[in-house]
Amino acid sequence: MTKTVFEPSIKSRPVYGVLTPRPGPAHLIVADGEGAEAVAALFAQAPDLAAKSYLIYIPGANGCDLSVQAQALGADRFHRAPTYAAVRSRIVKVLGDAHMGLQVYVTGTESLMGQVMRDAAEAGLPHEAVQTEHRGSLARRVQCVHCKGVTENVTTDPFVCSHCGLSLFVRDHYSRRLAAFQGVNIDAEDPGEVPPAVERFK
Amino acid sequence: MSIGAAKIAVIVTEVEEINSLIKRFRFVREDGGLMPAFSGGAHTVVEMQDGDTRRLNAYSLMSDPADLSGYEISVRREDGGRGGSLYMHRMVKPGMKMLISPPVNLFAPDRRAKKHVLIAGGIGITPFMAQMAQMDALGVRFELHYAARNADLCAYGAALADRYGARVHRYYDDAGQAIDLKTLLATQPLGTHLYVCGPKGMIAWVLATAEAMGWPRGTVHSEEFLSPPVGQPFAVELAASGKTITVGATQSLLEAMEAAQVDAPYLCRGGACGQCETRVIRCDGHIDHADHWLTEDQKAAQTHIMPCVSRFTGTTLVIDR
Repeated sequence: MTKTVFEPSIKSRPVYGVLTPRPGPAHLIVADGEGAEAVAALFAQAPDLAAKSYLIYIPGANGCDLSVQAQALGADRFHRAPTYAAVRSRIVKVLGDAHMGLQVYVTGTESLMGQVMRDAAEAGLPHEAVQTEHRGSLARRVQCVHCKGVTENVTTDPFVCSHCGLSLFVRDHYSRRLAAFQGVNIDAEDPGEVPPAVERFK
Repeated sequence: MSIGAAKIAVIVTEVEEINSLIKRFRFVREDGGLMPAFSGGAHTVVEMQDGDTRRLNAYSLMSDPADLSGYEISVRREDGGRGGSLYMHRMVKPGMKMLISPPVNLFAPDRRAKKHVLIAGGIGITPFMAQMAQMDALGVRFELHYAARNADLCAYGAALADRYGARVHRYYDDAGQAIDLKTLLATQPLGTHLYVCGPKGMIAWVLATAEAMGWPRGTVHSEEFLSPPVGQPFAVELAASGKTITVGATQSLLEAMEAAQVDAPYLCRGGACGQCETRVIRCDGHIDHADHWLTEDQKAAQTHIMPCVSRFTGTTLVIDR
């Protein structure tokens, strides 16, 4: 089990729950990395759920690949994708074709959950209607507030923006619209005085 | 008194009998100015001086929000009610001066929705009339499903069908017609929001069906103004004011406080908005909660009361007002 305990933080910081079966004619489930274990736990609660589910699985950026186990869960439709970017257009199409009553579940990394919630909200579903459960890596998707570039899988604080090269302090300040935490230049006032990077988001 | 701006002094300019149960009223400002802007779904509280009794009833604004030259409401006559609707029907005539509250909206459409499905029962049509005028002007997708006993009691139904065409669906109980709710709810595109206003049974049916069919809570909206129930008189101690008052059989606790010159907050006066929520300091007995506001846990704990609709039976009730 890789259930995560999050320290209390500012209101902006997303919190996640535990996936619970809900009534509905169709179920879209998106998981990455260790999230496959949460899907197994979800199906164990409702044996008839798998037959109404479309499960999309993405191996974790940390190397955790439970594709075989995920496929064996018996979802009505199963699709494996290498990255969220690669599968995003498929998810947007599924949401666009869906009717009210569709249940959306996302589990795994914060990056995945944030991006699915963003795309579901753009499709018209309230963000709070998407069920989430964190599993696996705490690596963050961070937007540089200076150049607006997004860096995936940030594990250290500070880190170097992969777009503009500034050293960024990683805040808990989160944007649902961008599905990203905010990174702010840490040595703006004293250029060059950058504290050593600490691995905060393993 | 209510929070916010002062009451608006108005003149009744039109009273129209729509059918055997419903009358329409139009109010314009006494000073000739424009009404405050409102959004579809908003209501106003109309003050009625009925002999020694001051009645305050909330009514949805039904006129086009783009027209600020006046407000229009419709009132269904409740012969067994507490008297507010009978006063409106019998006593209010064109030319009469009245006081109404600025608009408050507890039933606003969610502007993030891709589509709005509106379900009305009887007089529940009124907030939707203002909403549809606004949605139509904005080019927002909507459809109305309007149930009434028969064509005669389907107030404004024909005019709405003329104006909005195929987006208006009417159902008459007497003709054995009913909304096919399951099919309706199963075939809506993702991003649809659902709104229901009508009799208690209809609201409960729509909310329960939507929940069972997987509609998220945040996409389903309802509005029902409750009338304060009648009951046995009871005494209440108002700790902050240092007064003990008796609530009459046909009076609400809020009305009894107002009669005792206690300045208690309110907005909807119908158990919906939460504005009058009051802390209970001591309760030896049972609070008869009648509101839609407090959670089941709060109601069971008897730590809060909504004075606009809830009553008390027992020996001592002390509230923080």
